[in-house]
Amino acid sequence: MNRPRFRWHIVVFLAPAVLVYTAVMIFPLFNTLRLALYTEIDQSRVFVGLQNFQTLFFDPIWSEQFWNALGNNFWFFLIHMLVQNPIGIALAALLSHPRLRFSALYRSAIFIPTILSFVIVGFAWKLILSPIWGIAPSMLDAVGLKSLFAPWLGKEEYALTTLALISVWQFVGIPMMLIYAALLTIPEEILEAGEIDGITGASAFWKIKLPLILPSIGIISILTFVGNFNAFDLIYAAQGALAGPDFSTDILGTFMYRTFFGFQLQLGDPHMGSAIAGAMFAIILVGVCIYLFGIQTRMRRYQM
Amino acid sequence: MNKARHNPINTAAMHGALILYTLIALFPVFVILINSFKSRRAIFREPLALPNADSFSMIGYETVMKQGDFFLYFQNSMIVTVASLFFILLFGAMAAYALSEYQFKGNLVMGLYLALGIMIPIRIGTVAILEMMVATGLVNTLWALILVYTAQGLPLAVFILSEFMRQVSDDLKNAGRIDGLSEYTIFFRLVLPLVRPAMATVAVFNMIPIWNDLWFPLILAPAEETKTLTLGSQVFIGQFVTDWNAVLSALSMAILPVLILYVIFSRQLIRGITSGAVK
Repeated sequence: MNRPRFRWHIVVFLAPAVLVYTAVMIFPLFNTLRLALYTEIDQSRVFVGLQNFQTLFFDPIWSEQFWNALGNNFWFFLIHMLVQNPIGIALAALLSHPRLRFSALYRSAIFIPTILSFVIVGFAWKLILSPIWGIAPSMLDAVGLKSLFAPWLGKEEYALTTLALISVWQFVGIPMMLIYAALLTIPEEILEAGEIDGITGASAFWKIKLPLILPSIGIISILTFVGNFNAFDLIYAAQGALAGPDFSTDILGTFMYRTFFGFQLQLGDPHMGSAIAGAMFAIILVGVCIYLFGIQTRMRRYQM
Repeated sequence: MNKARHNPINTAAMHGALILYTLIALFPVFVILINSFKSRRAIFREPLALPNADSFSMIGYETVMKQGDFFLYFQNSMIVTVASLFFILLFGAMAAYALSEYQFKGNLVMGLYLALGIMIPIRIGTVAILEMMVATGLVNTLWALILVYTAQGLPLAVFILSEFMRQVSDDLKNAGRIDGLSEYTIFFRLVLPLVRPAMATVAVFNMIPIWNDLWFPLILAPAEETKTLTLGSQVFIGQFVTDWNAVLSALSMAILPVLILYVIFSRQLIRGITSGAVK
């Protein structure tokens, strides 16, 4: 008896994907983490251990920027969790209502901002909120709230929140669709059983549907987290690499870009850039682990 | 029965809320599009009015056509998106087939390894990716972008496609084997056509992020001849920031292709999301 032949076709099927994925994604990821342990002295690469991270966290100039970007990033994430996901869930709840007419039309229209690029979204809102053009002030004037208007993107205290809300406007379609899909899988019998017990309308949502879609809410939370902590495009498109005014909209993505490439007087430093990437990696990893081990495993899944 | 679930006031309130949000979602796009067809004076005097015979002007589009190479940018975006999708689907389907069809040592480990990339953004490795592209001379070529997007799309593609390939009947494949078909023929002739809907879902999911990405074109291919539409419009608008006609027209020209693609693929996209392909 000969041994079974080596099945070369398995290798052929796997090789292209594994090679591209390893070479362009996994290897650079670890190489970036490795580069964070080096620095450049006299045009040669020198191993310095964790010194870059020490600079990043404790050097007065660097750490101020880093903590600022990190804090801004958390605020950015918080606004998404508090505004985007509840609105998305509410829209999905309305759309999933049985026998609601035009539901497909609403769904497609509300999803349109999500397909637009950050460049379009950033500039379109910049123009609309611009005091020069005056669309926002004149619309507020029409409802008698003109006094509320301020050049939101230009004020340090409002700019980050405004950008976060613009991003919410853009991405609300994603939680809406995922929750909508989850709501559709709830069998009609469960809702009818609730109705017989007198649970209808809003209380049916809170008492029956919401507990059943909790796993999906968990998924959109972690997607939001990962998406927000490597965000860059919207801030760059609307405010430029300096994330103005006065770094008030700087998040980790823009901070890493500026450090890596340099901007204006500051020289680019790939090693510090890698250190920031390392910090981002750690934050995302912690978030994903909290989700996978802390939330997902404890969540009760109901057989439906 | 069922009375509480549809009384007319509730229905009206629901439509009211949905119409309000639809207006919020569409208003900025609408304002940009209508104003791109107006003269500078009309843009400022009556920003919310539709263009009429008096205010109609194509001056912005003329500037864009003259100053920016939008056809080239569009072509670059098209090449990058189509080529990346092709490789994601081909390589992804092949790997998914290997993982779902064959029992071999390391199958589970390989599956987990490929799934790592679903949660970890490829941007974290940017510094080393740029270094590698410079070393291989791929920087400022469209290949750099195609490779990066392929790597980025593969994990989720393998994950989704292998779920679907598990559902393809074993009898069919075994019948093929008895007829003497090679494993490759079975994959390309019998299995691939059956998972076409799943492949379409994967394609539509990947299309929008690739088309809209700003980060990698900015870092890996910022040269004039390799600019994508997203990067091209970003740079163009940055230069013409005070020329409102040109900016509005450039924005509209960036919106239209995506909007057309969306109208074509929206059913596929929405079906893909709601069929629970991402779980």
